[in-house]
Amino acid sequence: MKRWLGLYAAAVYLFLHLPLVILAVFSFNSSRFTVWQGFSLHWYRAIFQDQQLGESAWNSVIIAVAATILSTIAGTLCAYGLWKRGSTILSGSLYLSLVTPEIVMGISLLALFQWSFRWLHWRLGLHTVILAHVAFSIAYVVIVIAARLRTFSPALEEAALDLGATEWQAFRFVTLPALLPGIVAAALLALTVSFDDYVITSMVAGVDSETLPMVIYAMARRGASPVINAISALIVVVFGTLVLISERVRES
Amino acid sequence: MKTPSGWERLRAWFLLPAWIWMAVLFTAPFAIVIVYSLLTRGAYGGLGLPWTLENYQRLLDPLYLGIVLRSFAMAAATTVICLLLGFPLALFIARAGGRKNIYLQLVILPFWTSFLVRLYAWLFLLRDTGLINTALQGLGLIHDPLPLLYNDGAVLLGLVYGYLPFMVLPVYATLERLDPALVEAAADLGAKPWPTVLHVILPLSAPGIRAGSILVFIPALGAYLTPDLLGGGRTVLIGNLVQNQFTNARDWPFGAAISVGLMALVGVLVLLMLRREREGLV
Repeated sequence: MKRWLGLYAAAVYLFLHLPLVILAVFSFNSSRFTVWQGFSLHWYRAIFQDQQLGESAWNSVIIAVAATILSTIAGTLCAYGLWKRGSTILSGSLYLSLVTPEIVMGISLLALFQWSFRWLHWRLGLHTVILAHVAFSIAYVVIVIAARLRTFSPALEEAALDLGATEWQAFRFVTLPALLPGIVAAALLALTVSFDDYVITSMVAGVDSETLPMVIYAMARRGASPVINAISALIVVVFGTLVLISERVRES
Repeated sequence: MKTPSGWERLRAWFLLPAWIWMAVLFTAPFAIVIVYSLLTRGAYGGLGLPWTLENYQRLLDPLYLGIVLRSFAMAAATTVICLLLGFPLALFIARAGGRKNIYLQLVILPFWTSFLVRLYAWLFLLRDTGLINTALQGLGLIHDPLPLLYNDGAVLLGLVYGYLPFMVLPVYATLERLDPALVEAAADLGAKPWPTVLHVILPLSAPGIRAGSILVFIPALGAYLTPDLLGGGRTVLIGNLVQNQFTNARDWPFGAAISVGLMALVGVLVLLMLRREREGLV
């Protein structure tokens, strides 16, 4: 049975990884068509010459970084606060935000922004996208840090207090360092979900705030292009590396 | 009882940013959607009075009910296939000994790479001029390209591909906690490996299977991007119906009513799961 299980698992792993590997391999194809014609970096050069891609990637970076900073701060404080004193309503709404279908979250945020335009003089843009991204990534941050806090003993904080530390010092020099790997992992998760999001972003983005996933989506809709293969390969490599680094941080 | 220190008073504010964010950008938007769902569609796609429940009644129209049922069937099929693929994989990882972590990471890694990129990978393989059709034509096995994309099968494939890790992780977590003595006892009593899996391991991993099934079923039910890209508009699920009401059809009240209905379904499923969990803990 062991052998069968191993073969089955190998097949499932192939199913999970082969499509991405093939996608990456064909990003180095010199032909525009899906027939291998020889190795070329042509499509990677094409990425850097494409102005729309550059602008949208820059937008995505600004949004992801801003949303990550905000949601990591809010989420870390929230997880610590909930650890000290739970709140069913707050954790309930955080969990609910995790299971809300993206399209529902997208249209409800659009409805809110449209409604706010009656009173506020602002438009859809980078700022609305950032607000939306923080809204759906706080829950991820809270969950990752809450998991870390479950393995953290309150006795450690109490010991620091007994040894004469103030409560602020106990938090700053005992709890926070213990949480740091969790905070890094949570920030990375927030960065990934923000950088990757298409559905919610496309609903609340303005004309001047197109993100990379929006451009990729539009290109994929128009038809195959090895340029998308090349961007995809870059995204997979960059985020794969980030994840491996964060795993290292978490283990240490 | 000592008086609260400055730090304790400061700590009370820790929840505030999350409270505000969730209230203003999660609860309030959904409240607006609920209000919209009770309004009437105005001229030029705007919103107007009177208050009505008509948008909810329209959901019972056979056309829309059909889409709801299709979405259920699609989500159910996705869940079953994820279980068939995911359970053996989780069992394999749980028994992998020292290499457990590497195998586990191999499941999680694609999950970290862009969802859009993963869907595009299938688009690249399945389209008429995609790799599979080009290869088969090159080998002379087929003349005309096979219609692999833009059908229910492609959407199902994409959903399974996207949500498989949600099944593997919770099932693995329960298998990991499983008392090895139970499996050994079955073997000592003469059970062969396959019956042991079927009659001992499978029932014992029920909590993980339940959690995994709900974690797969919920996003599959509300999926939008997968049917949009791999179904090419031909496979309309609830998610696409919602999106269409807010864009092309410009019928916000009806789109809002579908959203509220979808959220109610999701809420019921989550409550069911939480209740089962609690029963399991007692």
